[in-house]
Amino acid sequence: MTSLYEEVSVTPVDVPVRRVTITVNGERRAADVEPRLLLAHLLRQGFGLTGTHTGCDTTNCGACTVLFDGRPVKSCTMLAVQADGHDVQTVEGLASASELHPIQEGFKEEHGLQCGYCTPGMMMAAKALLEENPDPSEDEIRWALSGNLCRCTGYQNIVKAVLWAADKLRASAG
Amino acid sequence: MTIDEIKIGGMGASRRRVEDNRFIRGRGNYVDDVVLPGMLHMEILRSPLAHARIRSIDVSKAWEIPGVRLVLTGDMMATRNLAWMPTLSYDTQAVLATDKVRFQGQEVAAVIADDPYIAKDACEAIVVDYEPLPVIVNPMQAMADGAPLIRDDKENQPDNKVFDWEVGDRAATDQAFAEADVVSKLELHYPRSHPSPLEPCGSIADFDRSTGKLTVYMTTQAPHIIRAAVALVAELPEHMIRIISPDLGGGFGNKVPVYPGYVISILASILTERPVKWIEDKTGNLISTGFGRDVYLQGEMALRKDGRILGVRMHTISDHGAFFSDAQPSKFKIGLMHSAFACYDIPSAHLTATGMYTNKAPGGVAYRCSFRVTEAMFFQERMVQAAADDLGMDQAEFRRMNFVRDDDFPHRTAFGFLTDSGQYGKCLDVGLEAIGYEQFLKDQEEARKKGRLLGIGISTMTEPLGAGNSREYDILGIKMFDSAELRVHMTGKAILRTGAKTQGQGHETTWAQIVAHELGIPADDIVVEEGDTDTAPFGMGTYASRSTPVAGAAVAMVARKIRAKARKIAAHLLEVSEEDVEWELGRFYVRSQPDRGVSIQDCSMAAYSNVPDGMEPGLENTAYYDPPNLTWPFACYIATVEVDPETGVWDVLRMVAVDDCGVRINPMIVEGQIMGGLTEAYAMASMQFITFDADGNCVGSNYMDYLLPTAWETPGFELHEVVTPCPHHPIGAKGIGECATVGGPAAFVNAVMDAVKHLGVRNIDMPLLPDRVHQAANTGNDVSGMPPVRTDAP
Repeated sequence: MTSLYEEVSVTPVDVPVRRVTITVNGERRAADVEPRLLLAHLLRQGFGLTGTHTGCDTTNCGACTVLFDGRPVKSCTMLAVQADGHDVQTVEGLASASELHPIQEGFKEEHGLQCGYCTPGMMMAAKALLEENPDPSEDEIRWALSGNLCRCTGYQNIVKAVLWAADKLRASAG
Repeated sequence: MTIDEIKIGGMGASRRRVEDNRFIRGRGNYVDDVVLPGMLHMEILRSPLAHARIRSIDVSKAWEIPGVRLVLTGDMMATRNLAWMPTLSYDTQAVLATDKVRFQGQEVAAVIADDPYIAKDACEAIVVDYEPLPVIVNPMQAMADGAPLIRDDKENQPDNKVFDWEVGDRAATDQAFAEADVVSKLELHYPRSHPSPLEPCGSIADFDRSTGKLTVYMTTQAPHIIRAAVALVAELPEHMIRIISPDLGGGFGNKVPVYPGYVISILASILTERPVKWIEDKTGNLISTGFGRDVYLQGEMALRKDGRILGVRMHTISDHGAFFSDAQPSKFKIGLMHSAFACYDIPSAHLTATGMYTNKAPGGVAYRCSFRVTEAMFFQERMVQAAADDLGMDQAEFRRMNFVRDDDFPHRTAFGFLTDSGQYGKCLDVGLEAIGYEQFLKDQEEARKKGRLLGIGISTMTEPLGAGNSREYDILGIKMFDSAELRVHMTGKAILRTGAKTQGQGHETTWAQIVAHELGIPADDIVVEEGDTDTAPFGMGTYASRSTPVAGAAVAMVARKIRAKARKIAAHLLEVSEEDVEWELGRFYVRSQPDRGVSIQDCSMAAYSNVPDGMEPGLENTAYYDPPNLTWPFACYIATVEVDPETGVWDVLRMVAVDDCGVRINPMIVEGQIMGGLTEAYAMASMQFITFDADGNCVGSNYMDYLLPTAWETPGFELHEVVTPCPHHPIGAKGIGECATVGGPAAFVNAVMDAVKHLGVRNIDMPLLPDRVHQAANTGNDVSGMPPVRTDAP
């Protein structure tokens, strides 16, 4: 924390907090959190990374999907304290300063999104898939993304977007 | 010299979407992403019971929790005259319950606190003493003698009836049935469904006492209607209300109504003088906000032996929940239900409709459709198949024989709509050719011999999209026009604002394409803004596929106004009279000297630096567009399925979609809309419904119980197009966003019925869950979707 001061409540609240340190998109960040605070809420409200959306609160929709030590998890069903000492990647970490990740390009190129609400979670799930399987079939993509709901696109263009990204990633891997 | 329209991102270009640039970076700006200084958080306590009298509400324990700033109940709302609010259908709806709760999930109290966790804790500390009352879960129960009265708050409401309504020609229809060779009948239920955008509803109300201004960030598809409603309900001056609808995580009709949470957050901000954020959780969204459908449809068709349809009778019984808050823009009580059979040349038709109150959530919305059109077209296409079966006719031929013919437009339907264009037979041909109809029938025959159940289902329909016109369509008296404002800057760049509100349809991309088409300004040079009532011109918002038919037309018209002024400027720059100036895309030139010309950018520069004497400087304008008619796209959807008789599971083998939505502005986006719509059609046909147990408990209150298809279940789609331009739309476009949701379900259901009809099955109500299909396939009986009713009255 670098702020000169932080306002505190005049009626002190006796809530136990725990210090957590998490590597978020390559940067070590720390926060004092209530043990019940959800990881999704720490990312969104605590760290201001609002690209991770919450859709259903019950681990079904996948809008909150982030990579936890490289594996896709639904951050609405994980406590922030469970992430202490771990590595978290969010949608904000996909693009470098100068260029988009091929998955981002693929989603735009193949019209893989409409309202954009499911998109960050979809892209993170797709990233995990392509890191494990650089040349997936359409069925493998559909299965890998079956934990993420989209209400707009009908998925067909999302599948094409992931295939587009897979092609580009394989080409650049030479 | 000539500008290539596709290269500048004009009409017909599959231009990649501008809005994607922020969404793929996680830089969208949805309501829950907005953080205001000093913001408090609101949580709503909801009723666990479907029907109960409130004996008392004890909020004292909630106040004791540190960080709680305000606790509101219905009685406190009543002191501000805000315990009840008007609905969009001229009924009233409780904001916070005072006397009774009338559905499970109804708003009972609200807590405003320093953070959302504290607010949730405090809601749990509120003690409500309920006296349970008998519960009504379907409209037939509501009609029964001695049924408990749900709306005892209303005067002159002796029973649970919302309305009786009729349309059409009863006598002519009776005559048609008297002359019929064959009468075909069908009865079905279109189940309650929830639009369920991934993003739930929410608002941030920010009342500034020093200026008197109320700013509300809100998940709304219609910000200007909300501003008008807030002005009327909260009695605040309209110029002191600013509604901002930022990025929306889907809408599908769910974000049209005014919800109690919005109203409570506004009062909470006024009382606390702090911004108050309310973000509904998914369960709150599913159990309390606008559902779609929930209609029982009965009907019969009078037929001649040779296959001609002579007349149609329909009766609908609709379940409106506890408050009649249908978000619909027509004067017709059951919406556009009577658009049914519009693509068929039918001499007579008559429809009666009854609406009932029940102890279920209110807020009937047009879930990805024009109001009640989905039910209408589903019934139409199920009825058409049943009639073809009864006559022993081929289902494609039966449709073709009864279609309105290409040279019969404009055509007045039996229910009084005026359809204006279409090539129905051609669409059907394209679809049959694509699916390989003849071959499939042979394959089906062969498969049946081996005990395999294959089926093919067709759904063909035209539907009315794009309300107004304003003579017939309004919301709370506000006419259904729409608007666009275009400001062309000095250097030829521009900003366009409309009264519509995108929720994923891609307006930021496509509106710029219309301007590019009309003015030759590259689409990339035009920024599009919507959703802020302080800056956007007054409009009615986006639903019912009305953006392109109405706001899109306004965009073309305002660009034409700009071009008309630019022409005068061009004449001045070219030193010729205006009559000697010709236009080609992006450029004015002298008719006799085509090489002498000025670009639209030259004109915009001159508009601010070198206007002719007597002309107002600047290059800005606004257009309000009141469409002369609805637009009538046509669609032919054909599905093939295989049913497993042992499990009742059915797989979609192929799904072919032929859509004629007139001229396509951005083909990529149009296809995206169609695929999204087909998926919702598949969802409703296969799994997606909200039901209630006999006690009024909502079954389907979260995504574990309310099933939505994932990428795994969703079939692939094959898209085809036919183009019949809309004769009255400035760029020939028709609506498209909802066509597949409206027309699609019948294709899937007809296909499953086709697979099992030889076993004696005539109807299985949606969704076609495996247990329902299994039961039908193994007993030969129909399966009804009627919800369970208690026989042991509590």
